[in-house]
Amino acid sequence: MNDTGYDYSIVRGFAFSALFWLIIGLVIGLWIAFEMFNPALNLTPWLSFGRLRVVHTNGLGLGFGLAGIFATAYYMLQRLTRTPLPFPGLAKAHLWLFNTAIALAAVSLMAGLNTTKEYAELEWPLDVGVVILWVMFAVNVFAILIKRQEKQMYISLWYLVAMTVTVAVLYIVNNLEIPLNLFKSYSIYAGGNDANVQWWYGHNIVGFIFTVPVLAMFYYFLPKATGLPIYSHRLSIVSFWALIFAYLWTGAHHLMLTPLPEWIQTVAIAFSIFLIAPSWGSVVNGYYTLQGNWDQMRTNYLTKFFILGITFYGLQTLQGPLQGLRTLNAFFHYTDWVVGHVHMGTMGWVTMIISASFYYMIPKITDRELYSVKLANVHFWLILVGQLAWTVTMWIGGIQQGAMWKATNPDGSLMYSFLDGLTSLYPYYRMRFAAGVVYFIGILIFAWNLIQTVRQEPSAAAEA
Amino acid sequence: MGIYSKPVVFALIATLVILVGTVVTVFVPMFMPSTQPVSAYVKPYTAIEQEGRDIYMREGCNNCHTQTVRPLRTEVLRYGEYSKAEEFAWDRPFLWGSRRTGPDLNRVGGKYPDSWHYKHMHSPQSMFALSNMPPYGWLANNKLDTSESFRKTQILGYGYSEAEVQQQIADYKAKVTAPDYNSKATRDEVTPEALRGELTEMDAIIAYMQKLGRDVKAMESQQ
Repeated sequence: MNDTGYDYSIVRGFAFSALFWLIIGLVIGLWIAFEMFNPALNLTPWLSFGRLRVVHTNGLGLGFGLAGIFATAYYMLQRLTRTPLPFPGLAKAHLWLFNTAIALAAVSLMAGLNTTKEYAELEWPLDVGVVILWVMFAVNVFAILIKRQEKQMYISLWYLVAMTVTVAVLYIVNNLEIPLNLFKSYSIYAGGNDANVQWWYGHNIVGFIFTVPVLAMFYYFLPKATGLPIYSHRLSIVSFWALIFAYLWTGAHHLMLTPLPEWIQTVAIAFSIFLIAPSWGSVVNGYYTLQGNWDQMRTNYLTKFFILGITFYGLQTLQGPLQGLRTLNAFFHYTDWVVGHVHMGTMGWVTMIISASFYYMIPKITDRELYSVKLANVHFWLILVGQLAWTVTMWIGGIQQGAMWKATNPDGSLMYSFLDGLTSLYPYYRMRFAAGVVYFIGILIFAWNLIQTVRQEPSAAAEA
Repeated sequence: MGIYSKPVVFALIATLVILVGTVVTVFVPMFMPSTQPVSAYVKPYTAIEQEGRDIYMREGCNNCHTQTVRPLRTEVLRYGEYSKAEEFAWDRPFLWGSRRTGPDLNRVGGKYPDSWHYKHMHSPQSMFALSNMPPYGWLANNKLDTSESFRKTQILGYGYSEAEVQQQIADYKAKVTAPDYNSKATRDEVTPEALRGELTEMDAIIAYMQKLGRDVKAMESQQ
């Protein structure tokens, strides 16, 4: 298909796997969003909220997120090293095993096989599968880097290497468990230690799946899509090392005011505040890359995705450290505020960057023009509006719930029962569902646009 | 810019960089007794309570319920005494949770009679019309599987002999099936006739609910 010998079939396979799991994950998201204000949808044990919520988070985090990362990683690795994939057969096996594992993961979680450690809910046989998958990926990553034709490793490759090693450490340490049988195991850690390990993992798996590789995409595809070089190489170096150093200290901000020793919480707060600097290093680098060319926000549909994406990353990385502060955390923790925070990152930053990366990449690897730029613009506006309505609704709901939990009468007694606080959220839950539908329509248009793109005849320009 | 053209060296340095915070905030605390203190007043779960805990995990109850009361005035007013580190010494995994769609459960043990829980698990909406909790009446249709109960307590290091575990199961069965069990009427209402003489998954999860926070309450009442 192309004279360079690059393996693009693997890129395409993972890209469309990502779209598939994205749609499945969002359907489940809408389902559980509805259950939040109308429990009638808890039709069977398999469809009850407690089981489905983890199918939603794992389906989108591991299914969509990882597939999107693998697709773009296999593309960037080959382009940035100017080297064909060393083991295309291994990559193909990786693709098949990946989709099998995600399908088994979804079924097993619906069946109630759940270790309850957030984003690590899979039972041990699937954990073993995930580790094997990761090794299969890592072999190609390191082999291509060693065989590379391009001497210097570009920024995006640093982020991919950091992800490859860190996710391995996180996943293995947090999933150490003693099997009872094939379907059940117990964590080797107890109580406070288990909590500490889990949120070290929970925070960093988000960091090294939803931040680090997405930054790799941002640093690669933004210059490609805009034709502008990254503003500062030095800033990207400083940001990279500061980010991967500081991230690992911050997990305990998820355990503020719990029985975890206070010093671990305080260290986490300090490093969380510090993390604003390297996070904004990338934000600033992105914005300054566009200096003098801001008209591209009008003329280049891809620029919109990247700049809005990095903007949500910037907001996310300000909001996160602030809600980690003890006093603010005492108010916001356990409310829907945090749910809103997460979804700005996933629905805003992650999905916008992966969308734009696919829009750039899929036409390139298939020798076709994008089916419709107009539809891509519609997709952009629907997911932007859907996401904003979604997250702002949850923030307001979170503030309200936090305030109702804290409210006391003049005599010092509680003003509201727990149920008062919950039922006052139902209007917000209905709005959140509606916002989710808007967002979902945007994603369907995204998928349709890419499917139509690859179904076209190859473009004349590409054939010439 | 040497390391940016040496991928293996680069990967090793990156690994060391991510391990610094990991070692200081996660690995070192594992060996500090203050991270998870142990206290004699906190007893391990009985085999039945552990079965209930496993059902709690299977159903993902932790997605909506926390199990840690923070040292905040209104929180202590609402739920009771704030959570102490030693309470969780037997918890593998921990179940502190991250979102309170439903109320915290760390002090729920002994707060309501069993009959309250039978009724509530069966149909939360029958007690609180506007509750969004899924109904779990079907747990009473499942006979409790105790075939691995002993091995569970072995893995978890509870220190029971096999005979003790069998005794715990027999005792709890005798308790909830006794004609003078104080929640008999409600239990019979929600349990199918064929299983009324057996232990069900509903019985086990309620045993677990009643254990939560009980050791702390027992210690306080002694003081």
